[in-house]
Amino acid sequence: MERKAITPGELIIEGEDYLPGEGTEKRGKEIYALKFGLVEEMNKLVRIIPISGTYQPRRGNVVIGKVENINFNGWIIDIGAPENGFLSLMEVPRYVNKDALEEVMEIGDMVVAKIWNMNKRGIDLSIKSRGFGKIDEGMIIKINPNKVPRVIGKEGSMVSLIKDETGCNITVGQNGIIWIQGETIEKELLAKEAINFITENCFVSGLTEEVKEWFEKKK
Amino acid sequence: MTTIKRPDGRKFDELRKIEAKVGIIPNADGSAMFSFGDTIAIAAVYGPKKMHPQHMQDPEKGTLRCTYNMLSFSVTERARPGQNRRSQEIGKITEWALSPMVLIDKYPNNVVDVHINIIQANASTRCAGINAAAMALAHAGIPMKGLVSSVSIGKLDKQLVVDLCKKEEDWEEGEGATDIPITFTNDGKITHMQLDGKITQKQLKEAIVLGKKACEEIYEIQKKALKDAVEDEEK
Amino acid sequence: MNSTQTTPKITEERIKKYLSQGKRFDGRTPEDFREITIETGISKNAEGSARVKIGKTDVLVGVKMDVSTPYADSSNKGNISVGAELLPTSSPRVEGGPPKFTSIEIARVVDRGIRESKFIDLEKLCIKEGEKVWNVYIDIYSLNDDGNVLDAAGIGAIAALKTAKMPKYDEEKGKVLFGEWTNEKVPLSKNMPISITFYKIGENIIVDPTLEEEDIIETRVTLGITKEGISSMQKGEKESLTVEELNKILDLSESVFNEVFKKIEKHIK
Repeated sequence: MERKAITPGELIIEGEDYLPGEGTEKRGKEIYALKFGLVEEMNKLVRIIPISGTYQPRRGNVVIGKVENINFNGWIIDIGAPENGFLSLMEVPRYVNKDALEEVMEIGDMVVAKIWNMNKRGIDLSIKSRGFGKIDEGMIIKINPNKVPRVIGKEGSMVSLIKDETGCNITVGQNGIIWIQGETIEKELLAKEAINFITENCFVSGLTEEVKEWFEKKK
Repeated sequence: MTTIKRPDGRKFDELRKIEAKVGIIPNADGSAMFSFGDTIAIAAVYGPKKMHPQHMQDPEKGTLRCTYNMLSFSVTERARPGQNRRSQEIGKITEWALSPMVLIDKYPNNVVDVHINIIQANASTRCAGINAAAMALAHAGIPMKGLVSSVSIGKLDKQLVVDLCKKEEDWEEGEGATDIPITFTNDGKITHMQLDGKITQKQLKEAIVLGKKACEEIYEIQKKALKDAVEDEEK
Repeated sequence: MNSTQTTPKITEERIKKYLSQGKRFDGRTPEDFREITIETGISKNAEGSARVKIGKTDVLVGVKMDVSTPYADSSNKGNISVGAELLPTSSPRVEGGPPKFTSIEIARVVDRGIRESKFIDLEKLCIKEGEKVWNVYIDIYSLNDDGNVLDAAGIGAIAALKTAKMPKYDEEKGKVLFGEWTNEKVPLSKNMPISITFYKIGENIIVDPTLEEEDIIETRVTLGITKEGISSMQKGEKESLTVEELNKILDLSESVFNEVFKKIEKHIK
């Protein structure tokens, strides 16, 4: 099926063996859209790829957030979702004294974390693995979270391209927050510009080639 | 029955020129503009997000909250800025017009805020607002069963007309003007209806039929505006 | 309160470091304004109206007029009243979280700029001394906030005033005919004030910050600048300014005024 734009309430396709995926609903034999976005069908599973809207957190997501508050046993992290994330002091790689939470991270600090659990009470974060933790230096930019897959690319190919061309470390949060750290501010800004180029040309096919050309022109 | 001549020369069932566009407020999660002729409405959606004040949170499902505001210079005699009873009422009926289609049960303690502003008024402002709000909600990625479309049906003396303008709202000849703003879902159900004036049950039924047809036209325009936004990105 | 919205500390450090090299993230110099577009006549029921975009900041201003008895201490002058509203459409911060300044301050700063420059000829707004004068209402609304709503508001007020037409007035009945206009413009002087706000970040003075920059400003000074000099001034926010910094602002004010004037004059002939 062609990837076409669809609005809520529109009929996508009819057929008993089609399955209603994300953002769709089956009514009888028909599959209807419940969200605005692009329709995608793969192996009979029909879903909507959202192109707009706030971040919807999922277990396993890598997110970048800001410490909003500290309570007696952890940090409350704003990850741009309707619920805040909570980082318990037990989910930090080293021992943290209950009275020393601020020494590890203060209000206003940015942190890379993983959503390891989600339930009614909220979103649980962890920074136990390598590559996670407080961000000391660099630049934070914000993009539409729906465009994150494009910025990362198939198996990370797009973000690797930007890293190679700019020499920057880039961590892309699924919540649309991106951390860039490079040797110079110019290199960081180049990476930022490249990311903006990608988000503005999201639907172009052969985008990786376009981005390579874009970098060539910048040299 | 003598056919009344509409001040702007339209046929009785003709809508004014409609313009619709989404994505006009970069900071908003979703936004849209909708106009009937000289009536222009802008809607911006923020959410789902945590509901403040906390005491208004619903632990069982999400809340839809709509505000309606007329800019002071949108009307010929300056409107005092700020909320008044009319704008509060319209905010509420807008919520009711949209709620049946908005699926936010899965967002307990959250709110989806819809802010409608009327930039220029030439009657049918609440209808323009509802149309803009529906598009903005979809644009914000809010799950919805479908869209809603709104129009005002009028009766000028004894003649039914579609999409009242201000001159028609102020009609004084004969039985004067009756104003019936009405909102339909894209599958033909009524989520909002009001009436000011005087009309027989028979004519009211006719008015509803006219309203449904007009709303079907409006729905096509709303859909196109949303889809055009995707194409704009594809260029 | 949604704090991922305000500029993170690490980005703040980058902004300051870059500024100390005289550079900004979007390639501007500290004294550059973003692209300014002005559309006038955007609301037909207004006597005059304008939509000003500076970068992504989007502000609407409208002028409405009516007639009433004058104030006792200015019986031969019309009146100006400026109002402003940071609409909730313009930013997720408008309801929850701290706004950077209030609507009241925007209104007062713009009011001061227009009033002190005597841009509106208040005496010409007198219909009958002691009995009837025109009131000019300027209402400002922000549609999208990406920084520097203050200056967009000031520019919008000027554009709306410059293109505003007087409503028809029925002398006999002593009433304004709302919705009908003459071809007469609102009586304005040549002394047009452009509002320019100078912001301090660290050791640097910049103009026209983006939202990201505006989040980290320490203090700001708004000048109402005309071709003849400065007619109004307002300092806002908590931190202090050194005399040198204020002098630097005054030194910059003329060249920035000329830049901005060039950018907007084609829109407000």
